Amino acid sequence: MSTFQQIIFQLKNYWAERGCIIQEPFDMEVGAGTMCPETFLRVLGPKPYRTAYVQPSRRPADGRYGENPNRLYKHSQLQVILKPAPEDVIEQYLGSLEAIGIDLRKHDLKLEEDNWESPTLGAWGVGWQVMLDGLEITQFTYFQQCGGIDLEVVPAELTYGLERLSAFLQVKDSVYDIDWVDGVTYGDVRFRDELQYSVYNFEMADVETLWKLFGLHEKEAQRLLSLFPKSAEKERFPLLPTYDHVLKCSHLFNTLDARGAISVTERVGVIRRVRELAVGVAGAWVDQSA
Amino acid sequence: MNFLLEIGVEEIPDWMIPGALADLKKRFEVLFTGAVTKVDATARRLTVRCLDVPERQNDLVTTRQGPKVGSNPAAVSGFAKKWGLQPGDLHISDDRYVYIEKVQGLETKSMLAETLPDQIASIPWPKTMYWTAKSGFRFIRPIRWVVALLGDEVVPFEIAGVRSGNESSGHRRLGAAKFPVTIDNYEQKLRENFVLLSAEERRARIRAVGIKYKCDTALLETLTYLTEWPTPIIGEFDPSYLTLPKEVLSTVMRHHQKYFSVENDDGTLAPKFVAAMNIDSDAEGIVKRGNERVLRARFNDARFFWDADQKKKLADRVSDLANVTFQAKLGSYLEKTKRVMTLVEQLGGDAFAVRAAELAKCDLTTELVKEFTELQGQIGGLYARAQGEPEEVAAAIYDQYKPVSMEDSIPNTHSGRLLSLADKLDTLIGCFSVGMIPTGSKDPFALRRAAQGIVKILVESSMELPLVSLLGGTADLIAFFEDRVRFYFKDIRNFKYDEVNAAMAIGWGNLVDLERRLIRIQAIRPTPDFEPIAASFKRIKNILRQANFEESEVEEQLLEPGPERDLYERAGSVAGQPIEQAIAVLRPRIDLFFDKVMVNSPDPAIRQNRLSLLSKLLREFSTIADFSEIITSS
Repeated sequence: MSTFQQIIFQLKNYWAERGCIIQEPFDMEVGAGTMCPETFLRVLGPKPYRTAYVQPSRRPADGRYGENPNRLYKHSQLQVILKPAPEDVIEQYLGSLEAIGIDLRKHDLKLEEDNWESPTLGAWGVGWQVMLDGLEITQFTYFQQCGGIDLEVVPAELTYGLERLSAFLQVKDSVYDIDWVDGVTYGDVRFRDELQYSVYNFEMADVETLWKLFGLHEKEAQRLLSLFPKSAEKERFPLLPTYDHVLKCSHLFNTLDARGAISVTERVGVIRRVRELAVGVAGAWVDQSA
Repeated sequence: MNFLLEIGVEEIPDWMIPGALADLKKRFEVLFTGAVTKVDATARRLTVRCLDVPERQNDLVTTRQGPKVGSNPAAVSGFAKKWGLQPGDLHISDDRYVYIEKVQGLETKSMLAETLPDQIASIPWPKTMYWTAKSGFRFIRPIRWVVALLGDEVVPFEIAGVRSGNESSGHRRLGAAKFPVTIDNYEQKLRENFVLLSAEERRARIRAVGIKYKCDTALLETLTYLTEWPTPIIGEFDPSYLTLPKEVLSTVMRHHQKYFSVENDDGTLAPKFVAAMNIDSDAEGIVKRGNERVLRARFNDARFFWDADQKKKLADRVSDLANVTFQAKLGSYLEKTKRVMTLVEQLGGDAFAVRAAELAKCDLTTELVKEFTELQGQIGGLYARAQGEPEEVAAAIYDQYKPVSMEDSIPNTHSGRLLSLADKLDTLIGCFSVGMIPTGSKDPFALRRAAQGIVKILVESSMELPLVSLLGGTADLIAFFEDRVRFYFKDIRNFKYDEVNAAMAIGWGNLVDLERRLIRIQAIRPTPDFEPIAASFKRIKNILRQANFEESEVEEQLLEPGPERDLYERAGSVAGQPIEQAIAVLRPRIDLFFDKVMVNSPDPAIRQNRLSLLSKLLREFSTIADFSEIITSS
């Protein structure tokens, strides 16, 4: 039986053998692997690219103080980008499941329509949720648009939910019981994260401070974006740091949301503010890469 | 000669497949007039088979008109030369030189090679994608192979970078990835590779399970098109979950997991489910156990949310509704709640109904509804009951969105009906007041459904509320409702359209009364006197319209003895009686009147009197309908 980290190694190896650059996680808070520059920016433009990385994905509203066996504040996504999507992309994906020991002749696998959309990123695509014996284990998306830009080359994005997949393989009813390695459970490693971030996000985060931070990051991103068109040497322009500020805004928004500080009426407006920044960076990135 | 087309596609969303097949069938029936066309599909392929198609398309014959016989010979030879002929080659028809041009029909194979890419590309899908390149070919999902055979030969073409051939593909794991097929062995080859082409056969396989379950037809269709080789399995869950509401358990099974739920003979849920796998067997029970574990986790989630929600009662959530937007221009759900409470009271609701209105939207703030949006209302009702609200209140909250369709029933209790009416009326009046009026297929707030629901509730609960005055006098909204009322009686209740027009012409504000009148019209319509009298009423109406006069009191002394006086007297004797009895008396008198009496008498006083007689007749006997609207067969 593979441990949590063996499953990760096996998947990384599998995709490395298929030409993926294995990246380490992006070093900032993100809600999903899609938001990392390795996906969000790399899918833009005509250049082929293949990458795979495990991204800890933070969703403040999903925290459950470590009490719910299936929901996590911070879960791990294995994110694979294949740009352009190869013709046999689904077969390759199925091969990755076999590589971690799933005999697909004995399991029920279905691809059910699920179109992905991220209003904050101005991104969407069509695809499926991959269901294995009734469990959603992967989101499979053919990107169509990112940062409001129609993509020149259509990539396939595979997002594996590693905790779910591991619980499935190890036959555990709670993600906290997953063997990270032999003798150390997922709970041993992550329980305190879950508890403490839930307490912070739901009870102790200072709303006023978070709004202030949001405003500061937004302003900095806006300032930089306004300078880009006038910059003399575009290739030197710090778009990646600009994007960092956008990601900060996105995470602060999620935290404020979990804290109950954003009314439904305000929500749409705040999402739009973040999207405008993301779209601005995407447009500048294409311009810079041209 | 037979034809086979198989479009191999990555998994097509199940619900789109029947529409695509219907389109393909129509398309190929036009292409091969008279040939038998059969269409089939699984999740990964769309197949068209046509029997006995001609080898060649019909020749195209065109007659080209030339100069008249006897024209200048230069003109004749000029005409012949234009078509590469000698004057002697021309035919003569109707005194003219003509050239009969024959274009041989294309070989069917060439025709297909040319048209198939367009035929495939033209299948309409609700949402398409591109994958080869930006502004490249669009389809529902990437096309990965195409089989196109006419007889023994491949119809050669290319679509989205894929060349047609004779190789199909089997089940993703149980079959071969590639194998050649012929038209004759196609279905058999697929079967050998674990693909059941026939939806009927897949459906039957899913149904063949050794347990009685509630067959949900829509779910059965979903599973039929989500699979290539379906096999049902029976799973179980811990009976302790049965303490959760049936609504929640069924929704998890049906909507989230695509399982059929299983009921005991008394209608309660059994701790079992039926799932359809996309493989041939589960000998080791791996799939069964996997599904059971997923379901357990889902049920645990639901229980977690249920328990968490009990920490704050619905009654304590009312003020939270200020933060939930109903619609940007129409404010929050708190504001809506207040309006609906007032409206329920105006409709005659008691304290229970008003309380139900107060709590109705509070479940929108609960975790369980955030998770199971489709259960809004029902969850509120269940919580109200669990939190000790009176049963009348809980039941009204539970039913507040009913009827959700024309097939659905109306709320079970009077309070529930008032709440549903008030909620829908408020939405309609609000949306119309800010200009959100449905146009064509655009109806984002489902206002048609809301209005239809109001009509259904009023009629089916025999509630005599003055509908038109409730609408607040907005002409747009009244016209909108008039259409919904017409639709309801015509399309849902199957009254004839002219009967509906006739009954509505004299008013539709009271729907219960309208229904009663329609039933009466329907009953008297087949009686022998009805159509003739309807025809006469139409005639009277035309006469009156053309006469341009004002009705005055009928003066008896001006009536001519005979048919006129007789009609007057007999009409007087049956006035006020039900139309069913009156028409037998009236019909022969009216017929005779028109036969013998000239309405447009030269004496203006007599003319005025006769017109007044007809006008009075029309008025007094049009109390249940305007019969002149009836379309008579004669």
